[in-house]
Amino acid sequence: MCLAIPAKVVAIDAAADQATVALGGVSKQVSLALVDDVAPGDYVLVHVGYALNTICPEEAERTLAIIAEAGAALEGSV
Amino acid sequence: MGRSERRFPLRLDVQRGAVDMTHGSGGRAMAQLVDELFKRHLDNDLLRQGNDQALFLPPPGRLVISTDGHVISPVFFPGGDIGCLSVHGTINDVAMAGARPLYLAAGFILEEGLPLADLARVVESMARAANAAGVPVVTGDTKVVERGKADGVFVTTTGVGVVPDGVTISGDLARPGDRILVSGSMGDHGVAVMSKRENLGFETEIESDTAALHGLVAAMVEAVPGIHCLRDPTRGGLATTLNELAQQSGVGMEIRESAIPVHPEVVAACELLGLDPLYVANEGKLVAICAPEDAEPLLRAMHSHPLGIGAAIIGEATEDPHQFVQMETGFGGQRIVDWLAGEQLPRIC
Amino acid sequence: MKYVDDFRDQSLARRLARALAAEAEQGREYRLMEFCGGHTHAIFRYGVQDLMPANVRFVHGPGCPVCVLPTARIDQAIALTESHGVTLCTYADLMRVPGGDRRSLLKAKAQGADVRMVYSTQDALALARANPGRRVVFFAIGFETTTPPTAVALRQARAEELANFSVFCNHVLTPPALRTILASDAPDAVSIDGILGPSHVSTVIGSRPYEFVPRDFAKPVVIAGFEPLDVMQSALMLVRQLNERRCEVENQYTRAVTPEGNRKAQALMDETFALRESFEWRGLGRLPCSALRIADTYSKLDAERRFPVGLGESRQVKGCECPSILRGVKRPTDCKLFGTACTPENPMGSCMVSSEGACAAYWTYGRFRALQATEPGRAA
Repeated sequence: MCLAIPAKVVAIDAAADQATVALGGVSKQVSLALVDDVAPGDYVLVHVGYALNTICPEEAERTLAIIAEAGAALEGSV
Repeated sequence: MGRSERRFPLRLDVQRGAVDMTHGSGGRAMAQLVDELFKRHLDNDLLRQGNDQALFLPPPGRLVISTDGHVISPVFFPGGDIGCLSVHGTINDVAMAGARPLYLAAGFILEEGLPLADLARVVESMARAANAAGVPVVTGDTKVVERGKADGVFVTTTGVGVVPDGVTISGDLARPGDRILVSGSMGDHGVAVMSKRENLGFETEIESDTAALHGLVAAMVEAVPGIHCLRDPTRGGLATTLNELAQQSGVGMEIRESAIPVHPEVVAACELLGLDPLYVANEGKLVAICAPEDAEPLLRAMHSHPLGIGAAIIGEATEDPHQFVQMETGFGGQRIVDWLAGEQLPRIC
Repeated sequence: MKYVDDFRDQSLARRLARALAAEAEQGREYRLMEFCGGHTHAIFRYGVQDLMPANVRFVHGPGCPVCVLPTARIDQAIALTESHGVTLCTYADLMRVPGGDRRSLLKAKAQGADVRMVYSTQDALALARANPGRRVVFFAIGFETTTPPTAVALRQARAEELANFSVFCNHVLTPPALRTILASDAPDAVSIDGILGPSHVSTVIGSRPYEFVPRDFAKPVVIAGFEPLDVMQSALMLVRQLNERRCEVENQYTRAVTPEGNRKAQALMDETFALRESFEWRGLGRLPCSALRIADTYSKLDAERRFPVGLGESRQVKGCECPSILRGVKRPTDCKLFGTACTPENPMGSCMVSSEGACAAYWTYGRFRALQATEPGRAA
């Protein structure tokens, strides 16, 4: 639950255990204290100033594909 | 030798000086502040007369007067400052009646300790905005309060204008079937200001949209003299303005989320903070409501003006005893766009 | 915005709507509880219900940490600032929640209490570092999504020997609350056919902790992502499970949720928190092993131990139906106070003051529906 937004990791400050993340042209500093092995280009969920988890791009694609399939067979029918 | 050099042996130290209590006492220090800082930058014929009031002959037509207090913090923000904001804000309130703004009056409440350099920057910005708009600040007042009793500087501006014959624009004139338009992207000002607030800490290129809209309004009124309503969606954003107009006119509204222009960066900043762009303040945009047959000509007139390039038709007024503002979401469902409850605060949940 | 806009796509929404309409069996009711307040908010904000067939309905659950916080805890927080002169740092969500005597943190602040709104526990730590003369207390609330950030702050504060920092802990747990709702044999207990599991709690705890739901209650669970398309797809997956008489935990939010969850976050929580024997939940009563307190090894950072404040009784406004609404037994429109004495400007109970409470969500986004239901002939 709770508001967590996907954002792209742009830069890492390993010493401070922080990263700069960007979402639609807006950037923010977040703490990396709750995640491991994050690299620039990865997407993370941002919640109250922390990266909570990474987002798996392959699973995201797969989910969208499954959604797109649902009802596709019904297209054209009433 | 200028008059002020005879009156005040030492020039005001704008670089390193600060406002102190003597600047508000009515004595020599205050006179010098007014002369060397305010009058120097805001300079115009009426101000030069040196009276406590400005005397003028009003042009023919119905007069409009409006006033606004500005307490914005921070005083300097991306795209503007309290100086130009106060000029634009009052010009816009006057213009929303379809009026041509004539003059401004400006009252300043200064906090003891405010650096003169900051004050000079604010006043210079006001002067630039007033000159660019062709609406001079012709009279003013200054008071000083103790440290801690004001956020640097508070500004109150009052404006007068004149409405041409044949133009009647008012918030209670919307009718079912009327079209609702906005002049451009929503939420820029609020996001720009919030990005400067330390504890929300995000960086963005978004700048305030603060602007004087009287030129745009003049072009709109020329194309469609029968415009029903005009209002600028400042505090509380588009949502609040639409609800105000709906209530004043006794109509409902149906708008489409996908038609409302919002910069991607504003969308993103609002996502991050859990805010809704519909409730975020604007300072250089307006909402217009007109008869259905006037919508296309009005839109064309707006598009041909630099401040209306992003204009769009976003919905219609409807017959609704509950005066709801309903919206078709970008997702395809329905929701209402309600009045703002309290202050919009960023949420975690 | 990547991973956001894609999951709000209108044409994909229409496809899912068609699939739901085709697969939901005629004459059968599907009552799906979305546990999480964030889902409640999304459903109303995007108007998801409009795209669902009429026989697939959402029942709103108690997964809103602001909504389940008893008024006595707000009173305690205010007392911390008034009796002990602490600087209280809080998330914005709590600022307007009325306490027992209708005072909120915002009102207390207006009367001189030192209450600061923060976006992150990091802000509270920074405040404590910058002001060694102030005693800074962080008002911690939230389910398992928001608990790890508090754990990080506790650990950092101890490592830095930040003597002036402490935490007033109100963190609560999802599985016990879910169990309470499902186990309820009260006469007015709502019948639920399936559960939409929370998105971000699950990124932390994983999908395994929900296995008790099919096992002990024979109800299917689908862990749902946060966006409206995720919610619709999850509803479709539940409908399919029910049609096929399957009963298992499925994960729709695979892009962020794994069976084990975030181990690092879990380890931090295990280190800094301990289980409370019981905790009072607004609307659900006193639940055993359902909430966290600060671990003994971190006792110096526990505001409840450092600043003893008597725990008063939680008072409820007469006529307030929050307890029933939180359990999904009543709807906002069933409460006599809804929209009359109780509105977002003047909230009587937490369901209205939190933007995720069912009442606030319904009032802010959906109250036109009730009125249109009584006016035949009006287009929805």
